[in-house]
Amino acid sequence: MPTRTMVEALNEALRQAMEEDRTVVILGEDVGRYGGVFRVTEGLLDRFGPARVIDTPLAESAIVGVALGMAASGLRPVAEIQFAGFLYSAFDQLAAQAARLRARSGGRFGAPLVVRAPYGGGVRAPEFHSDSVEALLCHTPGLKVVIPSGPVDAKGLLLASIDDPDPVVFLEPMPLYRTLREEVPEDPYRQPLGRARLIRAGRDVTVVCWGAAVLLALRAAEALAPEGVEAEVLDLCTLNPLDVETLLASVRRTTRLVVVHEAPRSGGFGAEIAALAAERALDSLTAPVVRVTGWDVPYPAPAIESYYLPSVRRVVKGIRTALEA
Amino acid sequence: MTRLLRLLDPEGNPTEPVRWSRDRLVQLYRWMVLGRVLDLQAVALQRQGWLGAYAPFAGQEAAVVGTAAALSPQDWIFPTYRDILAGVLHGVPLARYLLLFRGHPMGNRVPDGVNVFPVQISIAAHIPHAVGAAWAAAYRGDGTVVMVYFGDGATSKGDFHEALNFAGVFRCPVVFVCVNNGWAISVPRSRQTASETLAQKAQAYGFPGVLVDGMDILATYEAAQAAVARARAGGGPTLLEAVCYRFGPHTTADDPSRYRSEEEVESWKALDPLARLRRYLFGHQGWTEEEEAGVWEQARSEVARAVEEAEAHPAADPAWMFDHSYAVPPESVRDQRRTFLEDG
Repeated sequence: MPTRTMVEALNEALRQAMEEDRTVVILGEDVGRYGGVFRVTEGLLDRFGPARVIDTPLAESAIVGVALGMAASGLRPVAEIQFAGFLYSAFDQLAAQAARLRARSGGRFGAPLVVRAPYGGGVRAPEFHSDSVEALLCHTPGLKVVIPSGPVDAKGLLLASIDDPDPVVFLEPMPLYRTLREEVPEDPYRQPLGRARLIRAGRDVTVVCWGAAVLLALRAAEALAPEGVEAEVLDLCTLNPLDVETLLASVRRTTRLVVVHEAPRSGGFGAEIAALAAERALDSLTAPVVRVTGWDVPYPAPAIESYYLPSVRRVVKGIRTALEA
Repeated sequence: MTRLLRLLDPEGNPTEPVRWSRDRLVQLYRWMVLGRVLDLQAVALQRQGWLGAYAPFAGQEAAVVGTAAALSPQDWIFPTYRDILAGVLHGVPLARYLLLFRGHPMGNRVPDGVNVFPVQISIAAHIPHAVGAAWAAAYRGDGTVVMVYFGDGATSKGDFHEALNFAGVFRCPVVFVCVNNGWAISVPRSRQTASETLAQKAQAYGFPGVLVDGMDILATYEAAQAAVARARAGGGPTLLEAVCYRFGPHTTADDPSRYRSEEEVESWKALDPLARLRRYLFGHQGWTEEEEAGVWEQARSEVARAVEEAEAHPAADPAWMFDHSYAVPPESVRDQRRTFLEDG
């Protein structure tokens, strides 16, 4: 089985989706001749032509709005927004239009589109390139929010997202694009949305995470293992719809919950997870829920971003807090 | 300067030979009359509390009918809340739009097989959707054309620019119909842009902009025919600016006396699109008082029937809000639906 980076796995998923179904089209800035700023769409223009791989004008709102019109007309567009911080420009089309088209049309029209966007910090990118916007998206009924953390699930989740009849925002953690290689099956497999993945089993504490934070949680779990601490690491993979059963089952087993995310703390998606644990597993909890997150400040300049982002040290500290309570 | 296309002067005299059959002209007139009757009746029904807030369109009938009438059934219409007459022409039952303004959740549910998008409320947000639909049509290669309606205020929005720019680059088969009624609620056209016309904006996007007298249905029909033919033949988009006037308020909740004079309104009412075509029909097509009365009678009975139909429509099922949230509602939504139904 070939080993692939996340970029290569995503590229393969797109190529296979386009081979299987000629209604799948790609649109975005620099996705054609240039192959995308991260090369996720490399080679697709040559293979599928300019009617299916569309280098658009520099206009995020139109990219998503045009994708909506395509999707409602029988195509399966995969739109790329170059960085998640530019999603704000397209937010009206995403939240007010794509997310509610099915509801406002009484079920006549759906918007089976995928919006892919690199997201998250840690790569010293310029301003607006590093935001974690998942909570805004999760608080928008009608959207689905998918975040892979490795090449294997990136491919399977992207193929499943393209199949999905509703709009999916697919956030790709920038720091993981090329750092990990995994053996990725060559067939076009689907990894169903809405299922969390237990990536490390443990009985002492549940660490819930997604995207680049998964790597931190794993490293923190490894760092604590010599002390006899068994941390369970749960990668949500899909934030909406959320795999509540797997989450609660783990919390009930370990009785302790730590949530890690890069996005600001207040109103973040970690709050939703903590609320679910409080509503439905409070009798199992033996410690207060701990959140390890970014601060409640605008994403800072690259020179100081490492002080904003959760680190292995902060996750270790968070786990200790949960264990010592 | 862009020339204003006008084929009928305000007295109903043609400025050049009319090339449409009497039957066709009468059909256009019927649709405008249907629109006027619907509009008057809807305002009255709102006053009685039968309809919620309603957006009158009297004065805009020629802009909408003349353009929508240029389409074939396979083509698509993307209307705003003030262009429901376009949807009606294209096959949406009148009763459906009455339900919409009654606040019924199925009011924007366009029947299967009718190529009309849900009425858009958010100004200009649907213009990119129309461009996407046009892209899909070109990709299918079946000659379908997309027509999208918006007002003068919409031309100030980013989505107007992004969508027209996109359509220009890719020569999408779309006709942009700007129904310039002079007012965006209280803000006049002169405050939307320093451009002399809205049509001229098309020049910047690399396709034709056509300025038409939007109260002259021969002009709007002529211009739309040309734009649709051009799009269908692969010639790309056209921006039509139909200059007209909103005789009534922005919505039934608006008080236009706060921002415009009665004299201004009256000066535009003298250009009434229905009266203009009527004068032409009487003066040049042997139109009779009997035919005239018949057209209004037919429109009144059609609207009355639609009101009855909407009245008889089953009440909204609140559980629909859960059912149409996703193709397959996720577990959280299913749970909440159950909770809602148990709780009442």
